[in-house]
Amino acid sequence: MQRHLISAADLTRDDAVLILDTAEEMARVADRPIKKLPTLRGRTIVNLFFEDSTRTRISFEAAEKRLSADVINFTAKGSSVSKGESLKDTAQTLEAMGVDAVVIRHGASGAPYRLANSGWIDAAVINAGDGTHQHPTQALLDAFTMRRRLVGRDAGLGQDLSGRRITVVGDVLHSRVARSNVDLLHTLGAEVTLVAPPTLVPVGVEAWPCEVSYDLDSTLPKCDAVMMLRVQRERMNAAFFPTEREYSRRYGLDGDRMAKLPEHAIVMHPGPMVRGMEITAEVADSDRCTAVEQVANGVSIRMAVLYLLLGGNEPAVSHARTNEEK
Amino acid sequence: MSKILIRGAKVLGGEPQDVLIDGGTIAEVGTGLSAEGAEVVEADGKVLLPGLVDLHTHLREPGREDSETVLTGTRAAASGGYTAVFAMANTFPVADTAGVVEQVYRLGRDHGYCDVQPIGAVTVGLEGKKLAELGAMHESAAGVTVFSDDGKCVDDAVIMRRALEYVKAFGGVVAQHAQEPRLTEGAQMNEGVVSAELGLGGWPAVAEESIIARDVLLAEHVGSRVHICHLSTAGSVEIVRWAKSRGIDVTAEVTPHHLLLTDEMVRTYNPVYKVNPPLRTERDVLALREALADGTIDIVATDHAPHPHEDKDCEWAAAAMGMVGLETALSVVQATMVDTGLLDWAGVADRMSVKPARIGQATGHGRPVSAGEPANLTLVDTEYRGQVDPAGFASRSRNTPYEGRELPGRVTHTWLRGKATLVDGKLT
Repeated sequence: MQRHLISAADLTRDDAVLILDTAEEMARVADRPIKKLPTLRGRTIVNLFFEDSTRTRISFEAAEKRLSADVINFTAKGSSVSKGESLKDTAQTLEAMGVDAVVIRHGASGAPYRLANSGWIDAAVINAGDGTHQHPTQALLDAFTMRRRLVGRDAGLGQDLSGRRITVVGDVLHSRVARSNVDLLHTLGAEVTLVAPPTLVPVGVEAWPCEVSYDLDSTLPKCDAVMMLRVQRERMNAAFFPTEREYSRRYGLDGDRMAKLPEHAIVMHPGPMVRGMEITAEVADSDRCTAVEQVANGVSIRMAVLYLLLGGNEPAVSHARTNEEK
Repeated sequence: MSKILIRGAKVLGGEPQDVLIDGGTIAEVGTGLSAEGAEVVEADGKVLLPGLVDLHTHLREPGREDSETVLTGTRAAASGGYTAVFAMANTFPVADTAGVVEQVYRLGRDHGYCDVQPIGAVTVGLEGKKLAELGAMHESAAGVTVFSDDGKCVDDAVIMRRALEYVKAFGGVVAQHAQEPRLTEGAQMNEGVVSAELGLGGWPAVAEESIIARDVLLAEHVGSRVHICHLSTAGSVEIVRWAKSRGIDVTAEVTPHHLLLTDEMVRTYNPVYKVNPPLRTERDVLALREALADGTIDIVATDHAPHPHEDKDCEWAAAAMGMVGLETALSVVQATMVDTGLLDWAGVADRMSVKPARIGQATGHGRPVSAGEPANLTLVDTEYRGQVDPAGFASRSRNTPYEGRELPGRVTHTWLRGKATLVDGKLT
C-alpha cells in the first residue's frame, strides 16, 4: 500500500483485494455489540471538507471513530480562494495541531494530489472526492458491494471481479465516481460500459479502459450490475440535454427497463438520488437497489483504508474470541 | 562611448569574424580587425546574433509591480539576449490610452536595459465592446503600432473587423489572442485524453482554430494584416498555412513552451504548467516546430507572464495562467529547433529578431550584423549546458516550468546600441 490514497488508478489488484478483504473484517465489527476497535487510538485525523458533503463526511467520521481515532472536522464553505486562506496555509495550520492524516474533499480536481505531493505537509492524505477527478473510497465501496452481491460474502474473500459486466449510466463528464469506478473495476478484472448522451461523455474517453454506448436498452440485458449516476437538473441549462423528461426517457432507469436486466443483476446508486430523473421511485425502493447497502459498506471500506494507511502492522481485528470458540 | 571589438564570433553561426562597435553602431565586420583603442571581448567561437526582439511580453507595470516592473522585466530581457520587447496592454490600468502607453514607454527608455515598445489595447478596458483610441496611442510619444487585447480575445466579429480596418490608416496591426470564450468557459487545460482523466475543464483546440479561421477571412475581406498570438495547435498551423497560400496578410507567433512541453506535464497538477493557451499534445508540438521551420509560423514570442509565488503555490484551479520566458527562450529554441536540425542560427535570428522587429515596426532592431547598422547584438555560448535555476533570474517572478531542467545555450553578452547591458552573463 502507498502512503496516500489519491486515485483509484494508483491501486494494484492486490491492493484493492486486500482493502476489500479487510473491509469484510471491519464489517464484522459492526455486527458486534460494541462497534469499536482500538487500532487508531491516539491518532488524529482531520476531515477537511471544502465542499458540502454530509454523507461522505459522516461516513469517514463513523469509520474513524470506530477505529478509536481522534477526529477533527473542518468544513470550509467555498474554495480556499474565496475564503482568503490558501489550501496550503489551511493544511499547514491543521498539521501544526498534530494531525496524522487528512481526509480531504475539495471542488478543485487535483487538490488532494497537490496536498500529498507539494511538500506542504507530512500527513497521509486520503481523497474524499476532488472536483471531477476521483473519489477512490466510493469506487472501493461500490466494488465491495458488487463482490458481496455477485460473488458472495465469504466466497468473495481474496477474489476480484473478473468477467463481471458493469454498466455505469449518466453524467460521466462531471463524475468523479465514474472515473474512479472505471479505473478500479478495470483493475479488478470487470468489463465496464459507460452509457450517457454524447454531450456528457468527455472528449478523450477513448483512452479509458472501458466501452462507451449511447443506448441504454441494448446494454441492460448483458450486465451484472448497473450503476446510475446522479444527473443535476442544472445541466440542461448548459444544453447537455434538452429537458429533464427527455433525459429520463432515454437514460433513466424505470421498472420496465429494470425488467430487462438479468435476474441476478443489481442496481446501484452512489447517492444522493434524484428520483424521477435518473431513477424512478419504483426502482430505488426495489430489493435490487443497493443504495442503502452501499452507505453501510462505505463505513467498512473507509475503516479498511484508514487502517491500512495508518494502522501499521497490528492486526486490524482481534480474533481472540473466534479462537476461543473453536 | 568607446569602441568594442568582439573577436572571433560566429556571426549568425557562420565562420568566426571580428565585429567592431563604435559608439552605437557597428563600424566594421571582418577578420583580423585592429583592437586599437577598443575594449576586446573574446567571443571564442560563440554565436553572434542581432539583438532579440520579443513581440509578446507582460511587464505588469503599472498595477502588478509585485510580479514584475518595467525595470525587472527589461533586465530579464537583457539577460535573455533581448534588445527590444513589446509590452502587452493588460496592465492596471489597461494600456488603452495615450497616457498609459507613454508611461510604459518612458520607463523603458529611462531604465535603458532594453527598448520597450508598448502595445495598445484594441478595446477599452479589454472588454471587447468599444474601440480604444487607437489613433491617439499611435500618435503618442510611444508610437504604438501593435494593438492587442491579449489575455482576452476580441471575440465580437464586428469589433474585430472594425479594428482590422481602422489601424490601416496608420499601418498598425491587430494581434489576436485567439480564444472563443463560450467554448472555453471553465477551461483549465487542453481538452483531450489527459483532461478526461484528470477531470480538468477542457480548452479545445477548436476554440483557437475557429477564431483564427474567422480572422484570416476577415483580414482578407477588408484587406488588412492580422497577427496571431501564441498559436498552439496543429490545426491552427493548417489554417495559417492555407491563409498564406491564398495571399492573406497574416503572421503568427509560437511560444518557446509550446515548442517543448505537452499536456502530459499537467498530470503533476503543478500550476507552473498552467498557461493560456494551454500546453497541447506531442502531435501539436511537432507541427509547431515544423511550421516555425518552414516559415508558416513567422516568429517566436515568449508570452513572458510573471506571477507571484502565491498565485502558483496552490491547487490547479485557483492558480494564475502563465509562465516567465524571457530568460530561457533562446535556450528552448536551441533545444527544440537548432539541436534538432530544424533551424540554423541564421534562421533563429530571423524568427527571434528580424521578423518580430518587422511585424512590430521596431526600427533599429532585427537588422543585419554589418557595418553601419545599429549595434544591437547578442552573443550566445551555444556549447553551454546547464540546469535552469530560477534563483538566478533577473525577473521578479520565478514561475518557470523549466526549473532543474537541463537546457543548452547561454547568453553571455547583450549590447543595446553599443552599450553593454549584459557582460559575461551578468547585468550591467
